Amino acid sequence: MSQNDQSISKVLPILKRSVVATFIAFFLFLPTLGIKTAASGGVDGLFLQYRWPLLAIGCGLVFFGRIAYELMSSNKEGKQQKQAAPSALARALGSSKVAKAVAPLLLVFGLIFPFLPSSDRYILDLGILIITYVMLGWGLQIVVGLAGLLDLGYVAFYAVGAYSYALLSIHFGFGFWMCLPLAGLLAATWGVVLGFPVLRLRGDYLAIVTLAFGEIIRVVLLNWRSFTGGSNGLSSIPRPSFFGLPFNQEPGGFAATFGLEYSSLQRIIFLYFLILALAIFTYFVTGRLRRLPIGRAWEALREDEIACRSLGINTVNTKLSAFAIGAMFGGFAGSFFAAKQAFVSPESFNFMESATILAIVVLGGMSSQLGVVFSAIAMVGGVELLRQLQFLKVIFGADFDPSQLRLLLFGLAMVLMMLWRPRGLVSTRTPTVFLKDKKTVSAAMISQGRG
Amino acid sequence: MHYFLQQLINGITLGSIYGLIAIGYTMVYGIIGMINFAHGDVFMVGSFVSLITIIIFGITGTSNVFLGIGVLVLVAAISMVIAGIYGWTIERLAYRPLRGSFRLAPLITAIGVSIFLQNFVQATQGARVKPLQAIISGGFTLLSSDDFVVRITYMQILIVVLTFLLMAGFTYLISKTSLGRAQRACEQDMKMAMLLGIDVNTTISTTFVIGAALAAVAGLMYLLYYGVIDFYIGFSAGIKAFTAAVLGGVGSLPGAMLGGLVIGLIEVFFAAYFSSEYKDVAAFSMLIVVLIFMPQGLLGRPEIEKV
Repeated sequence: MSQNDQSISKVLPILKRSVVATFIAFFLFLPTLGIKTAASGGVDGLFLQYRWPLLAIGCGLVFFGRIAYELMSSNKEGKQQKQAAPSALARALGSSKVAKAVAPLLLVFGLIFPFLPSSDRYILDLGILIITYVMLGWGLQIVVGLAGLLDLGYVAFYAVGAYSYALLSIHFGFGFWMCLPLAGLLAATWGVVLGFPVLRLRGDYLAIVTLAFGEIIRVVLLNWRSFTGGSNGLSSIPRPSFFGLPFNQEPGGFAATFGLEYSSLQRIIFLYFLILALAIFTYFVTGRLRRLPIGRAWEALREDEIACRSLGINTVNTKLSAFAIGAMFGGFAGSFFAAKQAFVSPESFNFMESATILAIVVLGGMSSQLGVVFSAIAMVGGVELLRQLQFLKVIFGADFDPSQLRLLLFGLAMVLMMLWRPRGLVSTRTPTVFLKDKKTVSAAMISQGRG
Repeated sequence: MHYFLQQLINGITLGSIYGLIAIGYTMVYGIIGMINFAHGDVFMVGSFVSLITIIIFGITGTSNVFLGIGVLVLVAAISMVIAGIYGWTIERLAYRPLRGSFRLAPLITAIGVSIFLQNFVQATQGARVKPLQAIISGGFTLLSSDDFVVRITYMQILIVVLTFLLMAGFTYLISKTSLGRAQRACEQDMKMAMLLGIDVNTTISTTFVIGAALAAVAGLMYLLYYGVIDFYIGFSAGIKAFTAAVLGGVGSLPGAMLGGLVIGLIEVFFAAYFSSEYKDVAAFSMLIVVLIFMPQGLLGRPEIEKV
């Protein structure tokens, strides 16, 4: 009897909260899922389509989702304290010993990856894409993770690199290896150009200015038609060759010279190793930079700018070098991108790219180099998996496009990952040198007024 | 001269819309110190709710201006409520759990929410632009010369008048009511406000709801003024409104309005006299210039660096 009462008193509030959540969700979904504005093609323009089943499904999902969440969190109540500590996996990946063991394994896997029997053209392209993002992530990590300067316009430097390669190779006939350092240099220059005005800004202001800068670059690329080709972009960019041997069927081509049978896969494999080499270069350079005085200065700047200045660190040079070096790697990656695609257009450099790279860095744990690798695989690979969601067409009808859902779920994943693990998958965002443990101020303590 | 006057009228109208969105940014930034990146998308959702409500009521271009305005007030009220629920939900789900976490965390979730909302609306409402016929048409001819006529439409008058009424209402709310006092207390010192018995969570939630409701009104005006919306309008309008908030001085309501007007005027004049393709560049460059030379904005207080 009493046990029954108890279980009812437990269940009732859960039900009540779930009903409230469903009620709210009803209003949220009503103008989106419930009612669709559709074009009639007539003069009037629009009419409404009512989709009550879809609305009911949405509300039902919220109702049961909320109940499931309540049940899960009531089970976890006792373990609340444990939640705050990073998981064993995160700690293990964060520790340098494990990292030293995992990194070579990843490298070996990266090296044999193109020769695995399962690697076809599609898988290789995906691999190239992931490594490009890993490289961009490492570049941005210097700015965001180490120096603590939130950059929402990183894609601008990627664009500068890509257009540098495209323009230099089209107009001057420069080869890839000549363009690569030039693209990096130009991107770094732009990094300094952006860095100078924003030296005095901090935190969120900096974020918005860099975002505005990224948009400015994109708008200029879009409208300066005589120089950048406008929205048509630049096509017929020369492809990189293997030490002067082009990847084609000609007698002087790569395949003929080495006595191999020609295959279009050879060029892809070459591009794969090219980006792998660039990424490894980025890994070592950024890894070494962290241990140099400049790297320590970046970290110090992230922790406390005023203390930094009072200790005699030149914050101007420190910030500018972070921007410049971060931008340089963005430029390298950009010129690789242009070389791979043989086509660049402003479409490829929108804000979503910046958001993706930033999400990779943040989810990777801000300053963990290995974390970036895992989160890039998770983000890019995960989004790519969503492309395979063709079965949803059966549920939602033939005109349903799963690729729309891709970005939707990407945004949702960004929120959920952040809520689940605000410090990223691999949490090592503690200074490498410190005196004593920092005070932890958790959200729970703030709400109790103990922050 | 006539051309200038016409652009001035257009700029003030556009600036009013930006100003209304900017209030949401400035209030939220003032109280919890984060850029509510998803605010522009709440504006977009408000615009879509207005569109749906207008079609439900079946109002088309009526000759009776007063009937039209009466129904539009109802439309505005409905979209304010629904956008308010959106604002509340976003704060509750995406920002509140991260309060007290490291500073970038809520900004990242805000970007996530923004991406989610854009694509959610795109997936449910379709990617095409939604046209709407003008509901309130007509206007006055102010000046006319042989080659150019300066007109001010009823719609422009409505937008500017409504904006200033809402502004006055909310300035009163912030400066005179207990809610406003609680908001200002939280802005100054959240911990101390909590100790003094102010319900901080409710105050912050209310701030989000108010901001979202104003954004919904802006969304309705945008819809009526331009006659087309799509799922992507929130992004650039959001950045420009944030620019307006920064320009006016973050945390200051009149500042947000002033900043909105300045940004609107810059955009319209730049498009009219130089190049409409680069008008966004002009607005964004303005943001950069302001932050470099006047980081506290036009009407804001200088930020004191605390160790």
